[in-house]
Amino acid sequence: MGRLLLVTRLAVRDLRRRPAEAVLLLLAILAATSTLTLGLVLRDAASDPYRQTREATHGPDVVVFADLAAVAEVVRDPAIVATGGPYPVVASRLDSSGRTSDVQVIGRDAEAAAVDQPAVVAGAWVSDGGAVLEAAFADALGVRPGDQVTLGGRSFRVAGTAVTAAMAPYPAVTCLVDEGCLHGAVPEDRSLPEGLLRNPGLVWVTRADARGLTAETDSSRYVVSARLADPEQTRAFVDRHLDGAPVPVGMVSWPEIRDEATELARDSQILLMIGAWLLGLLATASLAVLVGGRMADQTRRVGLLKAVGGTPGLVAAVLLAEYLLVALIAAAAGLTIGTLAAPLLAEPGAGLLGTAGTPSLTVTTAGVVTAVALGVAVLATTVPALRAARTSTVGALADTPRPPRRIGWLIRISARMPVPLLLALRVTARRPRRALLAVAAIAVTVSGIYVALILDGFLTGDAMVAGYTGFQVAALRRVLLVWTVILLCLTAVNAVVITWATVLDNRRSSALARALGATPGDVSAALGTAQVLPALGGAILGVFPCGYLLFAAIMRATGGDGDRATPPSFPQLAIVVAGTVLVVGALTAVPARLGGRRPVTEALRD
Amino acid sequence: MTVVLSARDLRRHYGGGERAVDGVDLDVMAGETVAVMGPSGCGKSTLLHLLGGLDRPSGGRIELHGRRIDNLGEKALARLRRTGIGFVFQSFHLLDELTAVENVEMPALLAGRSPRAARRRATELLDRVGLAGRAGALPSQLSGGQRQRVAVARALSNEPAVVLADEPTGNLDSAATLDVLRLFGSLHEAGQTLVIVTHDARIAATADRLLSMRDGVLIDETRLTGGTSGRLGSLVRLED
Ligand SMILES: Nc1ncnc2c1ncn2[C@@H]1O[C@H](COP(=O)(O)OP(=O)(O)O)[C@@H](O)[C@H]1O
Ligand SMILES: [Mg+2]
Repeated sequence: MGRLLLVTRLAVRDLRRRPAEAVLLLLAILAATSTLTLGLVLRDAASDPYRQTREATHGPDVVVFADLAAVAEVVRDPAIVATGGPYPVVASRLDSSGRTSDVQVIGRDAEAAAVDQPAVVAGAWVSDGGAVLEAAFADALGVRPGDQVTLGGRSFRVAGTAVTAAMAPYPAVTCLVDEGCLHGAVPEDRSLPEGLLRNPGLVWVTRADARGLTAETDSSRYVVSARLADPEQTRAFVDRHLDGAPVPVGMVSWPEIRDEATELARDSQILLMIGAWLLGLLATASLAVLVGGRMADQTRRVGLLKAVGGTPGLVAAVLLAEYLLVALIAAAAGLTIGTLAAPLLAEPGAGLLGTAGTPSLTVTTAGVVTAVALGVAVLATTVPALRAARTSTVGALADTPRPPRRIGWLIRISARMPVPLLLALRVTARRPRRALLAVAAIAVTVSGIYVALILDGFLTGDAMVAGYTGFQVAALRRVLLVWTVILLCLTAVNAVVITWATVLDNRRSSALARALGATPGDVSAALGTAQVLPALGGAILGVFPCGYLLFAAIMRATGGDGDRATPPSFPQLAIVVAGTVLVVGALTAVPARLGGRRPVTEALRD
Repeated sequence: MTVVLSARDLRRHYGGGERAVDGVDLDVMAGETVAVMGPSGCGKSTLLHLLGGLDRPSGGRIELHGRRIDNLGEKALARLRRTGIGFVFQSFHLLDELTAVENVEMPALLAGRSPRAARRRATELLDRVGLAGRAGALPSQLSGGQRQRVAVARALSNEPAVVLADEPTGNLDSAATLDVLRLFGSLHEAGQTLVIVTHDARIAATADRLLSMRDGVLIDETRLTGGTSGRLGSLVRLED
């Protein structure tokens, strides 16, 4: 009890002693936990709404579409226990206050069907003259119940909007009509077959109204929603009919629909997970630097704790406690932020039931996020904490600064260089571990930028062909932007922190260098260069091999087709590397300048 | 009289062949105040660190209440430091972010006392060193003499068998030195066993015994019974 109080007190007081650093620690972990929460919440959210929608609408196991005779033939299969339809399907065009879209119109009964009855989310179900729009489609068009629209030149009132489990929400719809459909953005100059539907939306009207939309006496196309005796056999059912079908039929099974319906959410989630891992790595690197600096500062404190009878275990506990405390706060805050932000990124799923606001926190997510936050803290803290706990009490009390590890050859070659470069190399050689961490932090960020560039290039160029619509591309790019911005901010903060730690660490030797004749300018330049050199190394490593390997790993993990992605061009990469060096140089200029200008006597005194 | 702390052939050699402590024999009796004097670098601090379990000897043995402590493990040493020994340093070594009373109660909390009991004890001790009114002050708000009194209170927290003080007045002006001097005097009267390393003849004068140290060995022992003498003056002149 008493020890717990002491450990907590020491942890809290030490954090309060340097609040700016405490905030930095918090932000570093918070960025990772928020992103991770977003990713996990979206994963949980991805398949759940489809399941709910399927239950609420008595969704089919398989959707069959063909001409009436072929459909009737399939329906005779004894594996089918219940059906909805056949319903006529007509290709048409919808106009609503200036916006036009191709649509597939399904003629339905006013009464509810036993299988596949779309669930009305606003307004009412179809009636003569009253059309119901698929919810995601209505959302994209900005149409609401009560609005007037034109279908194939005839005026309709929008009776309502509804969701269905028989088709993925707009824009990922199944193409039911004979004319064929085209998904994704269409190059302007491409010549396309006549009558092809572009990103068609889904509209339900009454059977009578559907008949009225087609010039032919009767629709040639029908759709049936069927339930099988054994839903597990859906795959086999589909294979059997598609393989040996004497007449061409279209068929979609519910797992396919589910995968389509949740594709955007899953893609967003994958992107977020990539971001979360990068941020986690970066957080570990930043933390290790911050903690290393703080621990060096704690030597006397450690000696004192030991002198008054603290065991090595207690000393380690005191040192770890602060960071675990910060990690716990960051985990809680990250879970809150991630959960609150998730609906913003999950919003394109308006076509499924309960999507808006559904992303919710599960115990697993909370556990994983907390574990990662604590893991980052432990990873970054354990080595210095154990080292501190094991130092000799007397040495620690005397606060003989941890003799910096000096790299002999580095110091030897530096002797022939201009003064700032010489000093910079010596600064780097004094704390090789920190320099390595600086390299690692920059490498993580640059490899993140590398991947972001590929994905962004893919999303703006190839994705259109790959079947994403502008709407989806916007959603995915937003996700990408979110974590890229967080990554960049964190890196910037990190660079400043590392420089500042270096400045503090080198105040004596800087003062000494000046006492021996170096100018403040030399010292500032040296401190700046000591940051820029690792940044350059990190940027180059971040491009190759880190960025390259990271992308390959992502492609492996997601089963993605990396072949279609073009790696960033050489000029792009050159800009990234040069930009990194420039930005780090600019960011570290201020602390480095301050470090070079402290009065010599003052610096030598403490 | 019982022996509280004893050292036999105590040695501490450093890597470079430096023999900071080189064969010290010492017995400290219960209730006795022992002063150790000697020129800078002769090994006084090292000796005190060895006696207090802050450092490990290269050879010889140390006993506290007849129990060997030179071969204890890290954990047992920590327990020893928090219960058997109280340490007072020249540069106080208070934790800057803790208040006076929080610094004083630290050893009690480490020893597993309840927060309430630890606080009661700490308040008592601050009262005893004349700082009852400054319990909530941070070290930065205290004068040097006050800080050292807080450090003494902390050393007394767990009623140690012996208090080891390494130049406790080395960083103090003469007024503060007198304060601390008086404090040690009252501890002595209360029967506390004390070993004080000092350059200050006035502190040495309050001791029962005065040990002189040179190059890692004790070269002379003077039993002082009341009042100072010319001898003490000559001893003081030994150092510069
Ligand atoms: N960590 C160490 N490594 C090497 N030599 C040391 C170390 N600590 C102290 N010494 C040497 O041991 C001798 C005794 O030091 P110390 O006990 O501090 O002397 P005093 O306290 O009497 O001034 C000195 O010569 C000092 O240089
Ligand atoms: Mg000394």
